[in-house]
Amino acid sequence: MEYFVQQLINGLTLGSIYGLIAIGYTMVYGIIGMINFAHGDIFMIGAFISLAVFLLLTSVLGFAFLPVVLLIVLIVAMLFTSAWGWTVERLAYRPLRGSFRLAPLITAIGMSIVLQNFVQITQGARVKPLPPQIRGGITVMQGSTEAGTIVVQLSYMQMIIIVTTLVLMTAFTLLIARTSLGRAQRACEQDRKMAALLGVNVDRTISLTFVMGAALAAVAGLMFLLLYGVIDFYIGFLAGVKAFTAAVLGGIGSLPGAMLGGLLIGLIEVFWSGYFTVEYKDVAAFSILAIVLIFLPSGLLGKPEVEKV
Amino acid sequence: MRAAAEPLLSVRGVETYYGNIIALRGVDLEVSRGEIVTMIGANGAGKSTLMMTICGDPKPRSGQILYDGTDITAMPTHEIMQLGIAQSPEGRRIFPRMTVMENLQMGASLVDPNHFEDDLKRVSELFPRLKERLHQRGGTLSGGEQQMLAIARALMGRPKLLLLDEPSLGLAPLIVKQIFETIRELNENEGLTVFLVEQNAFHALKLAHRGYVMVNGNITMSGTGAELLKREEVRAAYLEGGRH
Ligand SMILES: Nc1ncnc2c1ncn2[C@@H]1O[C@H](COP(=O)(O)OP(=O)(O)OP(=O)(O)O)[C@@H](O)[C@H]1O
Ligand SMILES: [Mg+2]
Repeated sequence: MEYFVQQLINGLTLGSIYGLIAIGYTMVYGIIGMINFAHGDIFMIGAFISLAVFLLLTSVLGFAFLPVVLLIVLIVAMLFTSAWGWTVERLAYRPLRGSFRLAPLITAIGMSIVLQNFVQITQGARVKPLPPQIRGGITVMQGSTEAGTIVVQLSYMQMIIIVTTLVLMTAFTLLIARTSLGRAQRACEQDRKMAALLGVNVDRTISLTFVMGAALAAVAGLMFLLLYGVIDFYIGFLAGVKAFTAAVLGGIGSLPGAMLGGLLIGLIEVFWSGYFTVEYKDVAAFSILAIVLIFLPSGLLGKPEVEKV
Repeated sequence: MRAAAEPLLSVRGVETYYGNIIALRGVDLEVSRGEIVTMIGANGAGKSTLMMTICGDPKPRSGQILYDGTDITAMPTHEIMQLGIAQSPEGRRIFPRMTVMENLQMGASLVDPNHFEDDLKRVSELFPRLKERLHQRGGTLSGGEQQMLAIARALMGRPKLLLLDEPSLGLAPLIVKQIFETIRELNENEGLTVFLVEQNAFHALKLAHRGYVMVNGNITMSGTGAELLKREEVRAAYLEGGRH
């Protein structure tokens, strides 16, 4: 039982990170029907920027008060990835809008390779470490087995990740459901031509969607860095594939679907590693995806048809 | 200085293509402030293309479109609409996964939010059926209800020029009468300028101050509604057997 609870906590933490990245995939897909393969790398960039800014603030400038440091790191990382997301959309995707469907997809893969190689060359291929910054936690429960006592820990870091994710996802859901920007985004998703006829600046709305996804990926990047303490140029690919899987599992184009999918993929991965073998954790996640898609082709919360104009 | 008699909308020599296929072959027309102007024409004549060309999508290959003294020919659609034009387009284009309320809010995107409650009340009075269904999804409305919503959504934008592409399509004769009556009232009481395209030629020409006939991408006839109704060619092509 204790072991189960511990895995549950770990799974929710990992799933939160996947969920935040998955939102970027699902929103961009929803609005322009394209899989932004470079999105995982934006997460990676977010982690690297976070690390650089963190080291700059603490080692070079000598800031010591951690909450303020982390806040600045977060803001800088979000600004940077947002600018990057906006630029990529502007330069690489917008000119291809209206051409055949595969064109932006190929460009996206190209952008992903460019980013990975850029970071690999400038930062080196080795992993970059960051010593744990937020230590400690609370004991959730305790139990004894014949092997000794098991302590179920919820670390402060995990708490921060889960709470931050909850707050962001709530804010985001409200933004999409209640604000005029969110309405404009949904309008573009459902009928871009009509949205323009009602005065919506479609290009700007699409840009903002990229920016929002990128900002959330930066948050995920910082949390990943703080949780695992090591990053390299390749984390964007792995996390990107997982988050993409999460988005498809939940139903691509659906916001709650992305969150649910993220949590599920995180849980599957952690439980599989905990109860079976670590080696096959990715196989488990992808197998479940395949099985779900056989029975629910549009994912768990996806809309059965996506009418495209 | 602008002369008061200058038309609100003028379309001059507009040619629109879809790829290499020509759809509008040099269209000229004018709509003055406070007028109701109707265009009739057979299927495929280019009526909807003209409506959309006025709104900047597709763009004409040649010719000029002036609205309220501004050349809007090359403007992006959303900027044209910001000038006070609203369209209820062909096929209605209701956002299917938004509620009726949200569709109306979209219509009011460009309007000061302080007007929303009043405007909502006004369109609810015009279309009581919508009022009962504010929280129903657009995609689940009946065809006629969608048509009402499309018109209501356009009105929520407080347009100076209202473009209606076949507003009577799919509606019961009684509702058609109501909608045309509504258009007349808006025109008389609020000075709303209306340009509408119709298959329902008899009612539309009776409603209109002036009318145009479009054949195969060309304007072939124009005149007051009453004049056109008397023309033999119009009666033969658009009215006989089609009168309600
Ligand atoms: N997107 C498009 N691509 C290619 N051709 C088009 C397109 N839209 C319209 N056309 C063609 O342009 C011509 C004019 O079409 P349009 O829709 O303007 O006619 P209409 O007068 O509105 O007809 P209806 O009364 O049937 O609505 C038709 O021949 C049509 O096939
Ligand atoms: Mg038409």
